[in-house]
This record gives sequence, structure tokens and C-alpha cells, in this order.
Amino acid sequence: MGKHIRTLLALATLALCAGALPAQAALRVLATTPDWAALVTELGGDKVNVYTATSAFQDVHRVDAKPSLVARARTADLVVATGADLEIGWMPVLLQDSGNTKIQPGSPGYFEAAPLVHLLEVPSAVDRSMGDIHPLGNPHVTLDPHNIAIIAKALAARLVLIDSTNAAYYAARGEDFDKRWQQATVGWEARAAPLKGVGVVVIHRDQAYLCSWLGMKELASIEPKPGVPPSAGYLVELVTKLAATPPKMILRNAYNDPRAAEWLSERIHAPVVLLPYSVGGTPEAKDLFGLFDDTINRLLAALK
Amino acid sequence: MAKLAPIAGAIVVGLLLLPNAGQAATDDVAALRAELEALKTDYTSRVQALETRIKQLESAVATAQLAQPGAAPAPPAFPQPSPVAPSGKSSNATAFNPAISMILTGNYASLSQDPATYRVAGFIPPPSGEGPGDRSFNLDESELTVASNVDPYFFGNVTAAIQGGNSIDIEEAYFKTLALNNGFTIKGGRFFSGTGYLNEIHSHNWDFVDQPLVYQVFLGGQLAQDGAQIRWLAPADYFIELGAEAGSGRSFPGTQRNSNSLASDALFAHLGGDAGDSTSWRLGVSWLDARSTDRAYDDVDQLGAPVTNAFTGTSRTWIADGTLKWAPHGDPTYHQFKLQGEYLHRTESGRLAFDVTGRNLAGDYDSSQSGWYLQAVYGFMQRWRAGLRYDSMQSRTPSIGLVQLGLLPSAAFPSLASASPERTTMMIDWSLSEFSRLRAQYAWDDARATERDRQLMLQYIFAMGAHGAHKF
Repeated sequence: MGKHIRTLLALATLALCAGALPAQAALRVLATTPDWAALVTELGGDKVNVYTATSAFQDVHRVDAKPSLVARARTADLVVATGADLEIGWMPVLLQDSGNTKIQPGSPGYFEAAPLVHLLEVPSAVDRSMGDIHPLGNPHVTLDPHNIAIIAKALAARLVLIDSTNAAYYAARGEDFDKRWQQATVGWEARAAPLKGVGVVVIHRDQAYLCSWLGMKELASIEPKPGVPPSAGYLVELVTKLAATPPKMILRNAYNDPRAAEWLSERIHAPVVLLPYSVGGTPEAKDLFGLFDDTINRLLAALK
Repeated sequence: MAKLAPIAGAIVVGLLLLPNAGQAATDDVAALRAELEALKTDYTSRVQALETRIKQLESAVATAQLAQPGAAPAPPAFPQPSPVAPSGKSSNATAFNPAISMILTGNYASLSQDPATYRVAGFIPPPSGEGPGDRSFNLDESELTVASNVDPYFFGNVTAAIQGGNSIDIEEAYFKTLALNNGFTIKGGRFFSGTGYLNEIHSHNWDFVDQPLVYQVFLGGQLAQDGAQIRWLAPADYFIELGAEAGSGRSFPGTQRNSNSLASDALFAHLGGDAGDSTSWRLGVSWLDARSTDRAYDDVDQLGAPVTNAFTGTSRTWIADGTLKWAPHGDPTYHQFKLQGEYLHRTESGRLAFDVTGRNLAGDYDSSQSGWYLQAVYGFMQRWRAGLRYDSMQSRTPSIGLVQLGLLPSAAFPSLASASPERTTMMIDWSLSEFSRLRAQYAWDDARATERDRQLMLQYIFAMGAHGAHKF
């Protein structure tokens, strides 16, 4: 029995020595969504090694704290998360089990995007009878390019802070990104002008920032309450309710079940528009620019 | 005691590492300065964001007024919570309240056999944790968890199970380090042992109403250690975790002993990773060494008269576990599949005393016993899951000194007669939300030496309060 423990300790010591060796090729970043991974790549270029915890085909509310993620948290220099409780079901386990002080909340290695921007739909009171609502406000902040611009600046500053040897590199890339992004935003806003005032139906409330940015009107949501799938009765009610103000389209994300949206689409004669929602959600949404290009293309195509 | 010194050493070394968190004081000034800089940037960006917002709102209002001169803005089609953050926070007395959650569980059980006579044949029974529980409606435990960071260095968690019979069990009450680096974490207090896969999982997260037979018989349901645990996570892309525990042994298969030494030591290693974007897995091996003194159990003698026997000695358990989870692109909303199995092998050696309150005879005792379970759960549509579990145990015939010496017939130990208990369980559950679950379960239980027990159970599990994060 003593032998076992001695072997284990010897192993642990060995591994500790191995772990202490600097494996500092690039800054190791764990991003919770493909959007943050894309942003880190824009800003960090080849100085960062980014791992994405989820794909565009996953609902970020429902992610397992799987072993591979705990392993990535262990070696991460920086965690880039959305915050506002979006990752509350799994991120705390990763942080606690990582044995990595660099990425604990409050450390420079823990970055949250949502608190930097103005959150929509902050509830004045919360109760679980309202569904899986977010007490801090709607956390799906990425689909407004103005939010991305703000978050990019803060993230570039954070990269500078953590990896000061490459400070100039990050600063330059940050400025370059900002310039390109502002330019692109002007373009998107010009192209998206016809979308202003267009009535849409959403599935979950994760298009709120897109709608608010483009001035589209969310007439209804297919989920009666956040995270609650619709019943047949609710859908029938929705058809009646929408008869008075028919929406132009129904928005669906890559990870949503299409069935309820398609059922509704047939009844109210509005097309279902598949949106990438996240980088990688459609083949065209290869990076953040592609995400917005493709989103607007698809919305405009549905308007015709 | 001497052999425990390395564990104690490791824990002391770990605790000594803690102050290193403060050693970086000189770096702190630089870090602070940089952080201030970052804050400044943050605020600049926030102000910019607000300016953009105001501009947008102004133009939106202007457009709206242009579009419908004189008309009041139409009320939104469905209620929009106010986009303004509540600003009227006046008192901070409750700001540091820990996260509190309460789990309500209960069931209805219909059992074809009398649960009072339940016993897994062939094994020394644990003091508790065996069997399907009582018939009819039962209030199961109400599990109260209070958890919070204590300070920058420690996290604390207390889970108390308020039992239907009006008693309170402290299931877990532990601290966990936050400030050790290099992949180390130390846990101390009372905690579910890291051995096996299912042992650390709280009952409200089980995929079936009850534990596998092998967990009931070898670990008394779930092994809680009073002691300390050290874990180390390797800096690798794969999940490689090593852990060691030292405990008092108060929980079965050990016993509380009037001794300063530790009596429940465990080692475990876990390996995990992904196979593509839809599948993830974890494998583990664990070893548990527990010592017990006068671990009593009730039995009957060869004439059917009740006796109390007691085991004193060492119980060594090996566990191999494997878990595989699949969900399309890792999204379990609509479909998911989980396959999980564990094999446990236990050897016990020491002295077995017969009829301790009467004849009080004692002789050597050696057993080599094993058991395993395999279970699969499939989420076949949103909110619905179905599961199947098979349990099997092999008691073999233990070597009982009193029998070999001819002092007693083997019929004097009816509970230890060689047996191969098994059980097949089906379950279906329905989760209306992440926080509520209703379950029906049916089991064909051949654990008794005699007749099959047909068990129907209906269960509810409701989670209130803080949204706890769950392990894999």
C-alpha cells in the first residue's frame, strides 16, 4: 500500500517537473464559442493557439463539462467567455477542476464579453416560472457588430496585458481589425437598410441584438418562454395571433430543430430563414466578416 | 501510520504552495497598472457603445415619429423586459450570500417482495444503502446545498440530505483549493470519494432511481470519505488526472475505529477525451483500501436463530470504469446517448466473528468477490430519455476459518453461501425543463437467494435555486 502511494507521488513529481518546463510556443486560449475564437484569431494571429469549446451546431446553454474541456482549461493562458450566465452550466466546473490560477474569474486570464456591452432584456424580476431566463440580461450579444467592435478593443487590450512581449503585434492587429470592422459595418448597415421595420418570428431570444441593430421587429418567439419548447396548442395560438401582423420571415439558427419553425411557416406563409448565428453555422460564415455578410445576404434574399 | 506519511506530506506540501499565490506581489504592481489600462479601455468602449445606442435610439424615435405622426408607439407584440439594468441596489448585506439550491425527490414504489427481507445473496451486507427502500409513497432525501468561494484561496460546499425519516445526513461538507497551480487541487472535509465513476455523482443526477447492486454491496451505495483528497491534472490535450485520498474509514467498507491512523486510502487515475465533435469518453481505474474493526451485520445461524456477526480486517477494492457520451455535434437537446459501465473486484481478509453477543467464536476470513453493471441511456426526443441497465455479481465461496476447522457448518453463514445475483432495470424519464424530471422505472431483481422481486418505481426530482454546474 505504501508502495502504491510512493509510486504515485514519484509520478506526480516527475510530471510536475515536466509541467514546469515552458511550452510557450503561443498563447493558449480557450474560447467558449466559435465567435470568440474567430475574434481571438483576428487579434492574435499566429501568436495565439485557440481552442473552441463549442461549435455553431451546439446550444451553448447545454454543454457538458467534458474531460477534453477540463484538459484545455488546465493549460489555457486565457479563457474568453460570453459571461452573463450563458456558460453557467459548465464553465464553473472547468475553472474549478483546472487547477489553473491564471484563468480564475478576476484574473487577467479570464475574459468575459457580455459585461462590456449594453445588455438587452435585463429582467426587473426573475423567477424560474419564466423559463430559463438570464437574470443579467440577454447574453447572445454577438450579432450586433457595434458590440463586436467594443469587445474587440477590450480583448486586444487583454492580449497586450497577458502577453506583453507581443504587445505591439496585438495593438497593431487590433487597430487594423477595428478599421476593417468599422468599414464593413458601414457596408452592412447600408445593405441592410431594407430590413428596417421588417417583422420576424424568432425561435429562442438569441436574435435580439440582430433585430435591435437592424431595426427588425420581433413579433413573436416560437419558444413560449426561454428554453421551453412550444406545445401544439401554443403554436396554434401563435398562428391566430400572427394573422393580424403577419411576419415577413421566421429566423432559425443552425442548431435549432427546424420542425416547429417549418410547421409555422406553412400556416403563416412566411419563409424560414436559416441563419449561421455563429461562425461556422453555414459554409459562408467562415469568420466574423463572413458571419455578418452571410446573415445579411440570407435576410435580404428572404425579403425578395 | 508510517505508510500514510507520504499522503500527509503531499497535502502539507500542497498547502505550503498556497502562499505562493501572494509571492507574485512585485508582479502585482505591473499587473495592476496594466489592469487599470485595460479598465480604461473598457470604459472608453462602454461610453462609445452608449453613444452609439443613444444615436440609434434617437434615430429610431425620429423614424417612428416620421412614420406615424402623432401616433403613440405601438406596444410590443410580446412583453419585453426592460432593457435598463436595475440601479436601485441600496444594501449589500446579502451580496455575498452563497449559492443555495434545494433538490426535492420522492417516489412511489410497488415491490412484489417484502423490502424488509431484502438482501443481495452471497455478500456481507452493508449497514445501509442496500435494497429498493420502502413500499408505497416515500419522501426521499431533500438535498440542500450551500456553496460559495470562501476567499481567493478556497471554495466551500455543504450538501445536507434531509431524510424522509426526519434525520439529517451531511452528505458532503468540504473545502477545495482555488489557488494551487500546476493542476493541483486539494479537497478536505467530507466528500464523495473520487473512486469509480458513479460514486461522485449526487443521487438527483443518477440515470436510475437506485444505485447499481455492486455499488450498494461494495460501497454501501456511495462512499463518503472524512479526510483529504489531492488531485493532479496533467498539462496535456487529453484529460489525464491522478488522485489520492486518505480518510478516517468511517464509511463502509471501513468502520469508525478508535485509532489515530487513517483507515481508508484510495488512488485513482482518469483518462478522457473526444472522438470527433459528437463523442466524448472517460476511462478510469481506482483502488480503495479500507480497514474495519467489528463491522457488524445481522444474519441467522444454521437453526434460523438471529445472530450478529462481525468482520475485522482489510477490504481492498479495484474499480475499472468507462463512460461514453454521444450527441449530434455535442448538442444533447434532441438526441443523446450515454453508455456507462463499471467493474469492481473486492478482496477482504481478516477475522470473522460469529454470534458476537452469544457464542462469540472467531476465525480467519478471506473472500474474493466481484460485480459489474452496464447501462445505456438514450434521449430519443426532446425532454425524453429511456434507459436499460444490467447488474451482475459473483460472490464465490469465501474461506471461513470457523467452517474449515469444523467448528461450525457452512449453513451457519447463510448470507455467505455462493450466489450470482443479477438484476435488469428499465427506465424512462421526462424532463419538462432542466430543473424538473419525472421518471418511471421497472426492475426484475434476482438479488435474493429466493424469489424474484418485481419493482415498479415512479420518481420525481425537482431542483430549486442556484443553477449548479454538473460534472461529466
